Amino acid sequence: MSVSEELRSKYQLVVGLEVHAQLLTNSKAYSSDANEYGDLPNTHISVVTLAHPGTLPVHNTKVVEYGAKMGLATNCSITRYNYFDRKNYFYPDLPKGYQITQDKTPICRSGFLDIKLKEGVKRIGITRIHMEEDAGKSIHIAGEEESLIDLNRAGVPLVEIVSEPDIRTTEEAYAYLSEIKRLVRYLEICDGNMEEGSLRCDANISVMLKGATEYGRRVEVKNMNSFRNVVRAIDFEMDRQIELIEAGKEVSGETRMFDATTGETYSLRSKENLNDYRYFPEPDLQPFVVTDEWLAGVTSSMPPLPQALYKKFTETYLLPEYDANVLVDNKETALFFESVAQHSTHYKAISNWIIGPVKGYLNELTLSLDQFPISSERLAELANFVESGKVSFAAASQKIFPVMLKNQTASPEVIAKELDIIQEGDETTLLPIIDEVLTKFADKVQQYKNGKTGLLGLFVGEVMKVTKGKADPKLTNKLVIQQLEK
Amino acid sequence: MSSVSIPAEVTKSISASRKAIEGGSLSLTSLVQHFIGQIELHNPKVNAFVAVYGNEALAEADRIEQKIKAGTAGKLAGAVIGIKDVLAYQNHGLQSGSKILDNFVSQFTGTAVQRLIDADAIIIGRQNCDEFAMGSASKNPWFGTVKNFANPEKVAGGSSGGSAAAVQACMCHASIGSDTGGSVRQPAAFTGTVGLKPTYSRISRWGLVAYASSFDCIGPIAHNVEDSALLLEVMAGADTHDSTCSSKPVDAYSKAELSGKLKIAVLKQSFSEGVQPEIKNALNTKIEHWKSLGYTVEEVDFSLLDYLLNIYYIITTAEASSNLSRFDGVRYGYRSEKATDLESLYKLSRSEGFGPEVKRRIMLGTFVLSASYYDAYFTKAQKVRRLVKEQTEELLSKYDFLVCPTTPTVAFGINEKVDNPIEMYLNDIFTVQANVCGIPAISIPLGENADKLPFGLQIMAGAFQESKLLAFAKQNEISTLA
Repeated sequence: MSVSEELRSKYQLVVGLEVHAQLLTNSKAYSSDANEYGDLPNTHISVVTLAHPGTLPVHNTKVVEYGAKMGLATNCSITRYNYFDRKNYFYPDLPKGYQITQDKTPICRSGFLDIKLKEGVKRIGITRIHMEEDAGKSIHIAGEEESLIDLNRAGVPLVEIVSEPDIRTTEEAYAYLSEIKRLVRYLEICDGNMEEGSLRCDANISVMLKGATEYGRRVEVKNMNSFRNVVRAIDFEMDRQIELIEAGKEVSGETRMFDATTGETYSLRSKENLNDYRYFPEPDLQPFVVTDEWLAGVTSSMPPLPQALYKKFTETYLLPEYDANVLVDNKETALFFESVAQHSTHYKAISNWIIGPVKGYLNELTLSLDQFPISSERLAELANFVESGKVSFAAASQKIFPVMLKNQTASPEVIAKELDIIQEGDETTLLPIIDEVLTKFADKVQQYKNGKTGLLGLFVGEVMKVTKGKADPKLTNKLVIQQLEK
Repeated sequence: MSSVSIPAEVTKSISASRKAIEGGSLSLTSLVQHFIGQIELHNPKVNAFVAVYGNEALAEADRIEQKIKAGTAGKLAGAVIGIKDVLAYQNHGLQSGSKILDNFVSQFTGTAVQRLIDADAIIIGRQNCDEFAMGSASKNPWFGTVKNFANPEKVAGGSSGGSAAAVQACMCHASIGSDTGGSVRQPAAFTGTVGLKPTYSRISRWGLVAYASSFDCIGPIAHNVEDSALLLEVMAGADTHDSTCSSKPVDAYSKAELSGKLKIAVLKQSFSEGVQPEIKNALNTKIEHWKSLGYTVEEVDFSLLDYLLNIYYIITTAEASSNLSRFDGVRYGYRSEKATDLESLYKLSRSEGFGPEVKRRIMLGTFVLSASYYDAYFTKAQKVRRLVKEQTEELLSKYDFLVCPTTPTVAFGINEKVDNPIEMYLNDIFTVQANVCGIPAISIPLGENADKLPFGLQIMAGAFQESKLLAFAKQNEISTLA
């Protein structure tokens, strides 16, 4: 399918995203079964998960806490009186024949998320966030007459984050999803892994002529398992809808599936013969009432969030935007920076250390920050040591840092002394040495003064020789010139 | 069978049984043998039990007898109990009277049954009922009809008909039934037994096959109020498996006493046209008796009574349509052999596995929840339910009790009311109010008609007023010891 750029530019894309995030609770939403990914099929199931007669759901209050955290992180108002609803439909991976969800009282409402784009910051509205349980997995094997069901996932808690139709480009969709992913990871409520399905996205996509006041008919697209595929699906759907409209046809409101192999979407079911889910209040669960006290507890347990950290890094620590972006990209790095910054005021230097040698080391060995052997205090010491001029950054990163990785007790200074690489940096020790060298080469000094400035290197080299290379080359250079021109 | 003659008294009272065993005049084993004998003798006709756990019961009898002798026995040692086929009991069949649960064996024991067992009660068998507890006659399409022991041409009531008839025929001391709209009290009234529906949430529903979750209550059927109180005392109380279960402390119901001059409201409709004259007369006699005790007795008009059945049938069927979705032929129970694909698996398994009344209620519930009719039916019914609740609470804040006949008539003939489900539903007119409001209610024997068919007096009290309710019921009970 190809729609010309010119034709595309006549239309405005309108997208709203529904993101399902699987919550990192120990047990399922309404049973004590383990919430564990990747184990053998049907090993985390009990009579509750299997919907045996006589069983009842019981709240995992962590789910409400995580839901509220996501709401607080996205500037939502938190619903005080939460009841649950049943969404009724038949499917083999839905053991009860209904899903416990929140229809009328989503835990969070009316929030927003600021996303960063090349042209600046854009605000995307969050309509609602509600809690629900996941279904199991149906496994259809090509050529087989029967399907297989794995109920390990059945009853795993989810939050569904529904955005306003505020997204206008694929870049915005990508940035929005990235921000959601970063937030759930910061909050430690979801691992944000789209490939494993712990973060899933459905997109409501429509197009309208630019300047139009009414949205076009929207199509819901499901089954995108990566950010890139969300972008591909939106692109494809935009062109498909434009072509339909240009051909004088109607876009039908329907649910479509994305096929990652072809990059196309195909119709799953039309909205006209959509299931009537017969939502009604779940009578087996007591409503959950959010009290001031409870909410205060959740609020106080909120970690610092990336946008606030970015602001602090750029405004308080005066880091360049690039550094701040890299550091806040994940919570561990940002918090490590914060922790090192407790012991040093050389913020840019710390940032260089973290973005450079620290990340390099971790990447090389594919380790995470919590496996990094050097304490934040020691790393700050190392940064301070370099800033004091006693060693160069190059010497510190190539000689001291590798020792520190193996030996966590010795201070950088002790290591530097052992390696005998401390720069004899201060003027009082260097000046007599320089004077000695200049006296020794009095004839060359005369030649220098007569214009043979190339001889500077000789003097500096001699000083370095005398100091066995520990003199700071920059400072030596400066002092030699100073003495020559006296 | 045992040739030991068992005095009637010990088969009709848990405390009498316990005392006799403790005193050495009765062995629990011979009592259990006696009950098994009663079941063997009468069950083929009455059809109260669908499964009897004779050997297990005898083994338990031996064990518990030792405990009684050692002085370590629980509150219900000496009690022999039957359970309705809607209560989960690990490694025992559980079918809710339905083909859809063919060969289903429960993998866990529900809280109420577990507490009975923990208190050293003996579970003697599983009892017949209306399919999924939906009905007032225990005419089960798969297990056959339960007969009234007073007259086999008559029904035993429903849905806990098997549980009531088993007590009536002295096949066990007591039964545990379930009551969603009167399913414990109506059969109790029809069989001359005591049927108690506690406050909603008083007994955990964990292990009770759901019919309508916001109405369902487990309740005992016994020969007397004392046993009912004792059973409630054991089963009631907080449970982590049921988030709707109340954590209010459980009173010593079996020791409750009345005090002061009572104020009793008599429902005006107790004397309406549809109520049989013998029942009205007996109620009038009661009223005169209460007045003679100096109690205030006043007739009250409950204006929303006409709406009760509508609310009841809209909300219970809505909840049921969803609760019964899990019976789909996929994971357990009945699966049609004719199924060729997923859709036919659902349709055929459910069409073949559910009986007509269950299908009727699933369809009705699906209809009232459908998008186009939701507000007209379900939302409105919920609103009226709240009104009824408020009015009833207000009434019970002025009076200690609200009384009326349990049913307008005595047990009807097995072949009556076959073609008209609405007429059948009218039988529940007095009992549904307690479920709609979640308040406790008890049916105690009020008398018998000329054909020796019993009828009951229903007493309702405010939520969690079981102590008072049971004490008053005890004061008004007719001794059933014959």
